[in-house]
Parts: sequence; C-alpha cells; structure tokens
Amino acid sequence: MSKTIDTQQDRTPSDDADVCVVGSGVAGALVAYSLAKRDHDVVVLEAGPRFDPSSRLEQMEEALRPEGSIRDVWEMGGQRDRYTSSGGVYYGLNTTRVKGVGGTTLHWLGITPRLHQKDFEMNTRYGLASDWPISYEQLRPYYALAEQEMGVAGGTDNPFGPPRETDYPMPAFPPSYSDSLFADACDELGITMHSVPQARNTETYDGRSACVGYGTCIPVCPSGAKYSADVHVSKAEEHGARVIDRAPVQRLEHDDRGVSVTAAMYATPDGAHQRQTADRFVLAAGAVEIPRLLLLSASDQYPDGLANTSGVVGKYFMDQPIVSITAEIDEPTNQNPIGYHTSETHQFYDHDEPRPGSIKFAFNNENPITAADIAMRGGDEGTREDLTDVLAGDSWGDDALATLRERVPNRRISMFANPELLPREENAVTLDRSKTDDHGNPVPDISWSIGSHAMETMEYAREIQNRILDELDATVLSKSDLSEPKTAAHKMGTTRMGTDPDTSVVDPTLRTHDLDNLFIASSSTFVTGGAMNPTLTIAALALKVADHIHEGR
Amino acid sequence: MAGQFGLSSFEGLNERHDDAMTDTVVRDLAAVAEVVYPSAVSGIEEFVRTYAGGLPDTRKQKIASAVTELNDYACRTHGNRFADLPVGDRDSVLRAMAVDRTGSSPDGNIPERIRYYVVNQLLYGLYTSPMGSRLLGIENPVGHPGGFESYQKEPSQAAFTAEDQTDE
Repeated sequence: MSKTIDTQQDRTPSDDADVCVVGSGVAGALVAYSLAKRDHDVVVLEAGPRFDPSSRLEQMEEALRPEGSIRDVWEMGGQRDRYTSSGGVYYGLNTTRVKGVGGTTLHWLGITPRLHQKDFEMNTRYGLASDWPISYEQLRPYYALAEQEMGVAGGTDNPFGPPRETDYPMPAFPPSYSDSLFADACDELGITMHSVPQARNTETYDGRSACVGYGTCIPVCPSGAKYSADVHVSKAEEHGARVIDRAPVQRLEHDDRGVSVTAAMYATPDGAHQRQTADRFVLAAGAVEIPRLLLLSASDQYPDGLANTSGVVGKYFMDQPIVSITAEIDEPTNQNPIGYHTSETHQFYDHDEPRPGSIKFAFNNENPITAADIAMRGGDEGTREDLTDVLAGDSWGDDALATLRERVPNRRISMFANPELLPREENAVTLDRSKTDDHGNPVPDISWSIGSHAMETMEYAREIQNRILDELDATVLSKSDLSEPKTAAHKMGTTRMGTDPDTSVVDPTLRTHDLDNLFIASSSTFVTGGAMNPTLTIAALALKVADHIHEGR
Repeated sequence: MAGQFGLSSFEGLNERHDDAMTDTVVRDLAAVAEVVYPSAVSGIEEFVRTYAGGLPDTRKQKIASAVTELNDYACRTHGNRFADLPVGDRDSVLRAMAVDRTGSSPDGNIPERIRYYVVNQLLYGLYTSPMGSRLLGIENPVGHPGGFESYQKEPSQAAFTAEDQTDE
C-alpha cells in the first residue's frame, strides 16, 4: 500500500527566499501560512514524506490490524529515526512523533487547553524552576488566534480555566455516557468535571467534516474532523509557500562573523545535498530534532553547537509521566464509541503550595481492548510489539466469540492524569556519537527521569483516582507503574526562552540570542511545561514568531 | 451522516467496479466467512459482498489472488473448490494449511497471505461493523464511523443481552 505521494521532481533550493522554515508540523505550518499570506517568500524543508489524504481509511485498517506496529501507520522507525534512551525511565521516542508534511499532528489526540497563568510564573509563585519571560496575558491574543486557526471545540463550563476573551470557535463535545457514571462519585467528593477543549470538529468547520466517531484519533483520523497541520501547509502553499518534502536538514551554516545563519544544508532522496539560503530561518522540528540540529551544526566559532553559547541547548527536556488506572463496575458502560475523552477536571491544577504540582485529570472513553484486534489474533489477547507472541491464536467462529465475550467486558472505565514535571538539567537531548542515522549523523539520545516533584505529584494523582474509584465501588484491574510511567508524548524544553543569554537559548521574541536571523517555533522554547497538552501553546508561539519576523522585515 | 463514511466509503477511490471482486470470489469469501464468523451472524454473503465490494481495487486483487491459492489447495486435497465443500471440510482445509496457527502477513507464504487477505480481512470487516460488535454488546466499534452519534447514549438492550450471555 502506498500511503505517500511522490510527485515532487524539483527539490532544488528556492531563489531569494525570505524565510526558510525547517519542519512542517503545527509550528512550521502556522509560521509558513502566517508569513506567506503577508507576501513573504517562504520555503519549508520537511524531513518526511507527503502522505496521501485518500489513504486514511487504509491507514486506519493498518492501525487496527495486529500484524504491525502502530509506528508503521506513519512509517516511523528504521535507520532514519534511530535514537537511544539513557535516562532513568525509558523514552520510546518514535511513538511520540511523526515525520511528514503535517508532522506529529497527523497522529495526535487533539486536546488543546491553554497553559494557566501559574505555568508562566513558577519561580515567582513557588520558588520552583524559572519564570517565562512572557506572561499569559502577552500570549493570550495568540491563544485566541490559534484556537480560531485550528478550530477548537470547547465550553465555558470550566471554572478553573484561565481568563478568556471570546467563546471557542465551536461548541464543546457533550459528556459521554461513561462520563455520567463518574459524575455522581465526583459530585460526592466535591470534584467538578467539565468539558475538554479540543481541535476536533463538533460541526463542519473550515471545510472539514464534523467528527463521526471512527474511534481511531490516535493514530489516524479518517474523516478529517481532527485538525492536523497539513491543513495549514495547504493554506501556506495557496499563498505561494513552497514545501520540499523528504528533505532532512543536515546542518545550518553561518557567516564568517558568526552573527547570522546563511544556509540550511539538506539532503534529498537522490543522495544529493542542497543549500537553501534565506534572510531568516525558523526551526520548527520539535524538541528533539531542533537541539539535535543545533548540536550537529557546531563550527569552529561555535564548537559546542549553534546558538549554544549558554550551554543549555538540549537541556531541561520535559514530558509528563502519565498516571493511569483501569477498573470494572457492575454495569455496561458503552465503551469504545469514540477515540477521545469528553470530560476532565482541572480542579487540581492551580495550587497554593509548591508541592504537589499541577495535575490534569481525564475521564476516559476508551476501552483498552478492541474486539477486532483479538478476533484477528484468533482469540489471543496479545499485545502489539510483543516479539514473544508472534503466533496468533487458533480459534475462530463461535470459539473465538466466547473468548471475545470474556475478554471484551463492556464494564470497564479508566482514568488518566498528566502530572507536572519540572525542568531538570539532567533531562536532556544530546548526540549519541556511537550510532548514526541514514545520513551518517549521530542519533539523538533522550535522557528522561522523573524527579521528586513529579513523583510526589504522581502519587497525589493516584490517590485522587483511587478516591473516585472507591466512591464508584469499582474494582481496580490495573494501575500504571509510577516508577516506569508512559510519557504523555509532550516533548518540551531543550532550547528554552529567557532574557539572559547565559541561561537561555532564545529571547522573548523566540530569536536565538547568538544568531540574529535564527528563530525557533516549538515547545522546545517552553521554560516550564505545566500539566497541559502543549500543542495550542506551540501554535500560539508559532503565530507570535511569525509576527516578530513580519515586523522585523 | 454515518452512511457517507460507511462500508462503501472506499468506493470513491475506485475508478472501476467490475474488477477482481467477482461473484465467484464473493461466494468463496462467504464460504470462508461461514467458517470463521460466529454462527449467530446471518446474511453473510450479502455482508461480504457489500464489505469486500467497497475495498480498494488493489486490495481486491490481492484478496482474489489469495482465494485462488485456497481453491488450488482445496482442489488438490479434496477434489473440489473450497466453496463447494461442506462447512466442516472447509474448516479442515484451513487448518490443514495451518492458516489457524500461522502469523498474518501480506507478503508472507501462502497460509500467511490467506490469513491476512482472507481470514483477517473478513474478521476485520465483521468486528469493525456494528453487526459484529453487537455480539459483544458494543454498539459502535472502533473503526466504524458511528461513535459520535452513540457516545452519549446508555448501552442498549443488545448490550445487556450480550453481557448476560457472557455471564452464563
């Protein structure tokens, strides 16, 4: 099955580009769109391919079938995407990202809360970490614009949210039936549930369908109801931007004085290398590939890597360690109808004392087991990527149905929580020079560990989950291991923002301290990560970067 | 609303419909489905015709090719096309080929391809449709575009019935 389009014959550089954007995920797409529509000559270099939108149903089938890995859906893995993990907790990088036109939003869940004011003021309020050099109020208009561009459905029923200026572009998704099962217990405990802002259509928006509920948001939305950044890549192209796919940037080059970037050197599928020159460069390749590219671009003048005079490029990597729990109750729950959740509580987000930190709780709609998967395994409840379980079960027909009925109990409920993890210097993206990618470059190494602040916050999250399930008289079936948590796949930090060039990589305009025409649009610039999903903040910062570049023209 | 994304939603991708999914192939697939589907499923041939008929042409050709391999084996061992054998013999043919025990692979050997393109294709079609998932008390399974309409609703009586059956 061919999932990609390869009609691009010309991958030579553009002449006289005003702006070169590296990466076409949500940050790169919005920067390119925002500038192209204001008549900037924009070229976007994307490492991955352009996926064929007409293949989404086949990709969904691939995702639901048991034969491969979920990574295969967007062709992640192999030598191109090699990495190592050296921290206290294993970091499975390639399930957290997609390389392709549209980037990681091709497989994201689509939840789009704003950060709270406290996330920008962690040092002032609690003496923890550092403050952002910008405030919530300064980012607020960009949040509103990002919600408009992406199409966010949300409600005004959240009493804990930061101040807003307008309603969401679309009404919120109403609570699910299984949310209603949690509601009485939460009421009893004084916990307020509310709707969830998400970039998924509750009605036709921007020419895209309303959600119909295939239930496969991660890893692929066949209906187009979930926002993905290829939407704004197309809009950028309509305004004259040029996108070169399968063009991984290998190095950035700078002028003799070390003041400006002069070119992005990229590879093409025919084995050639090209140099894209531009007046300005915007790195929008995420919190792993951006520091990696800067470190790979070391020169005589910048032996520790480009834009790294501070020495903090790659440091303060953050992600949220997920705390999840699954239980069974004594009634059917109508699980599995949709692939996203419709109720959260942010009641435990803002807090007076420094510890425990912020927590965002979600009430899940998904059953972790799907019938089709077990049926195709011959009634064998295996797990993906379990190499010891390569043989399928041998039952079908009525035998398999009996097994399915035992293993697909429609009485399950689950919750998960995102706890705050503070920036820690030892959590870092570095170069592992013992391994190379398909172009001979050292691979990224991810070092991720939890720390006492996040661990205490995780324990508090688990305590609250237990209280809710006790109130429901639910029988707990499984709990995530707090010492070996899965990540939220919210990669942040690594080129943090600040006013001091000795301790940060970019200034409040997202321009690097060291190079006057190099900007970064990414969660890599986050100073702290909070406990929210980062994508709306990434989008808001991308729109802010575009404004700074436009104003500086 | 759901209908426009339903079983026939691949049809827009196909330029022609008089393709590999002939009546004979549909009959052969239905003969397999009678073995691998639960006995409670009715209207199998009609379901298979609708489902397989809506698949992309490239997939139909692969399915037809795998069905040919199955028929070749049935003819060699039982002297008849697969669909012309009694249900019990059909089950035996699939198991004799090790289709029940093999992995599923689109590029594998003959049993692996039959598992991928025939058995698992049919099971995918059934259990990502309400017809199959209702056997388990699930109104809208993952992979079916009806979740938005159903996610706020209380589970139906069908769900309770299925659960009751589980308890027995």
